[in-house]
Amino acid sequence: MRKSGRQLFAGPYLIWIIGFILLPLAMIIYYAFTTSGGTFTFENVAAIADPVHVRSILLSLKLGIICTIVCLLLAYPLAMILNGLKIKQQNFVVFIFILPMWMNFMLRILAWRLLLSNNGIVNAIFQFFGFGTVKMLNTQTAVVFGMVYDFLPFMILPIYNSMARIKNDVIEAAKDLGASDAIILFKIIIPLTLSGIISGIIMVFVPALTSFVISDLLGGGKVLLIGNVIEQEFMQGTNWNLGSGLSVVLMIFVIASMALMNIFDKDGGGTAVW
Amino acid sequence: MVKKAASRIYLALIFLFLYLPILVLIVLSFNNSKSRVVWGGFTLKWYAECFKNETITNAFVTTIQITLAAAIISTLLGTLAAIGISAMKKKNKAIMLGATNIPLLNADIVTGIAMMLLFVKFINLGFVTVLIAHITFDIPYVILNVLPKLNQANRYTYEAALDLGATPLYAFFRITWPEIKSGVFSGFLMAVTMSLDDFSITFFTKGAGVNTLSTMLYTELRKGIRPELYALSTILFLIAFLLLLVMNHRSSSEGKGAKQAI
Amino acid sequence: MKKRLAMLFALCLMTGVLSSCGKDSGSTETTKKDDNTLVILNYGKYIDESVLDQFEKETGIKVKLEEYESPEEMYTKFSAGSINYDLVCTSDYMVERLINEDQVLEINFDDFEYYKNLDSSIIEASQIFDPENKYSMPYFYGTLGILYNTTMVSDEEVSTWNVLWDEAYKDSIIMQNSVRDSFTPALRLSGYDINTTDENQLNDALDLLIRQKPLVYAYYVDETGDEMAMGNAAMALVYSGEAAYAMELNDDLSYSVPEEGSNLWIDSWFMPKSCHNTEYAEKFLDFLCREDIGMLNFDYVYYATPNLAVKENLDEETLSDTTIFPTDETLANCEVYKQYDIDTTKLSNYLWKKLKSE
Repeated sequence: MRKSGRQLFAGPYLIWIIGFILLPLAMIIYYAFTTSGGTFTFENVAAIADPVHVRSILLSLKLGIICTIVCLLLAYPLAMILNGLKIKQQNFVVFIFILPMWMNFMLRILAWRLLLSNNGIVNAIFQFFGFGTVKMLNTQTAVVFGMVYDFLPFMILPIYNSMARIKNDVIEAAKDLGASDAIILFKIIIPLTLSGIISGIIMVFVPALTSFVISDLLGGGKVLLIGNVIEQEFMQGTNWNLGSGLSVVLMIFVIASMALMNIFDKDGGGTAVW
Repeated sequence: MVKKAASRIYLALIFLFLYLPILVLIVLSFNNSKSRVVWGGFTLKWYAECFKNETITNAFVTTIQITLAAAIISTLLGTLAAIGISAMKKKNKAIMLGATNIPLLNADIVTGIAMMLLFVKFINLGFVTVLIAHITFDIPYVILNVLPKLNQANRYTYEAALDLGATPLYAFFRITWPEIKSGVFSGFLMAVTMSLDDFSITFFTKGAGVNTLSTMLYTELRKGIRPELYALSTILFLIAFLLLLVMNHRSSSEGKGAKQAI
Repeated sequence: MKKRLAMLFALCLMTGVLSSCGKDSGSTETTKKDDNTLVILNYGKYIDESVLDQFEKETGIKVKLEEYESPEEMYTKFSAGSINYDLVCTSDYMVERLINEDQVLEINFDDFEYYKNLDSSIIEASQIFDPENKYSMPYFYGTLGILYNTTMVSDEEVSTWNVLWDEAYKDSIIMQNSVRDSFTPALRLSGYDINTTDENQLNDALDLLIRQKPLVYAYYVDETGDEMAMGNAAMALVYSGEAAYAMELNDDLSYSVPEEGSNLWIDSWFMPKSCHNTEYAEKFLDFLCREDIGMLNFDYVYYATPNLAVKENLDEETLSDTTIFPTDETLANCEVYKQYDIDTTKLSNYLWKKLKSE
């Protein structure tokens, strides 16, 4: 009796789930599979096969993968260095990386626009050294730059976190047994930080894949990611059915990439958020 | 030692990468010239203009309102829900947790659009729709913070209290609450962080005239960069810095206190 | 992906960051609609707010102003039925679209005292989207042209749209981030009507734009003025209003409407079906036509006004500023956009995506 009574506490939330989680999903799926007249169609979902959409999703994948790799390559050595510093105050490390994130991310993008524009600071420095102006803003490179800047902490923290958990004894023991640094890295450190790497990859790749703001503000309207296509269908093209269809496809892409990653993440410890 | 020097340089470069853009914003906020590369002398006028600018102050107030209201409501709903879920049978529990995970796993843009599609059918887009959307993506964080605490808690103490004649409310506040308190607080803080940072979902669910800092900045950035925004950046950075500092300081001094008590 | 932030936060907490919670303010604003209030929707910074105060003082009718950024944004929310406004000001083609969708009420101009102040040629030009001039009232108008930096581009060069395809200006050209505006130069260069719905003609224009894309610095909307003032590009396709704004910031800038012809835009007021008091709404429109009020708005917005009574009081210098007031010759060469039919809208959106994804 008591137990079933306590269950009722979840009642308001159950209503909330139905009203604001399941119903919206039902709406998006309804729109995805109907025409503007309300008849059933596969057209909106199949539209992903259109060359224009294929190009934009390939570009999203390309930029997302580049961004993820760059983040990983930057973050891994960094995590090792940070770990090697043996800072007693772990707080401090987290603090340093979290601080920029608490500032609105629009403002961080603003900063990059300032730095990268034709008359911006980076170019002013280039000119000072006689290199001439390099066009950086409004290119795919600028978009990747912005993404890396925005998402790097999400790669660093889980890796650092999993590295800090490795017991020193393990590495000492390997050393005693004559393992070289390279062997320690590849046979011990990397396998033991794999779950951190994987959660880092997911946390960087998924937002990079679905982003539309960074490409909009740093790509000068020339970089069309799948997120931009969807946003435009809703806000400009007003073809909500097509937009919904593409959203459903994007949802599938995200779920698939996470499932793929989870295959590698056998112990599953790293993705635990709480 | 070359290795050590190299790693120091690497560290410095990454910090430069992370903080240089912010530094640039801070420096420019005191620059008495609209130019981005020429130093025109020290000024505080952009700060004055920032406070005078109604678009900015309105967005700031709205952000605070939405964030706090959403965090408080979702903490209430989420805590209740967690208590309910913890009492459920395995199968129901799995269903509830599955649904809870949906907003976490979905891309923001999809969540935002799905909610917009629902809202425009029934209500006007505006402050309330943004609030509902924020509550929706905040609740899972509360639940997932409170639930583990509830699972750790000793269930029998609560039931024993009831057997000994305590009212459920009394038993809850004397027995359950102390055990889940820290989870509720961290859930609340997480909800605050999520709401403050959100752009995509707000963007799709907001009505005309309602702007949080994120959406306001998005439109402002598309209109061009104005020096008031540098001042705003500096202010926000300082707030974040102070908040984090205070939190860090408090927790470390609390930690010391606890150790002494032992 | 919210999960990533959650993780960060968890780390935060894990390392001992905990704090107290704040107090709620959470008050929500409710827009109470009493009968004595007009709710109007306008572009941002497109009306002098003292006009609203004055209207209230004279008539006792309160005016609540809301602003929006793009016609599409307004339409998205409008078509969703989520806006209840008494008066809306928007672009010509959007007015037409809403007229076609039967969303607009007729305005009874008979009782207007000051409607006669409005330039009949602009009212006539409005007929392309409002054939009988019974649904809309022109507010400001202007052209689409090239804003250029005189230190980089000569005046002769910008007399033709061809300059936007000049290899010499690679990475120095800003185009409009909207389908119709960017298609206009391409269509005019190919000798087509800017309102063409012919698929082949639109495809020809697209080919031109695809050829142009490597030269384009960016497709911008509102940031164009600032970017040009900052000297980040040599020229930009802009509306005359945006051009006037940028020219105030930077003396090196100038504006030209190429000889092949361009777009004439007329931002107009209309009464949506949701208007709850047409009498008040009409009173407000009439008020806007009054000479002193027209003057206030002209000084604030600084676009071409169709109000002849206002024009009479302007000095020669302002009147001869062709950035604000296009010459008759230019006007004869310009056309108002006609709203595309559904199929053409779809096609043009698709061509636009195609251009962007190239």
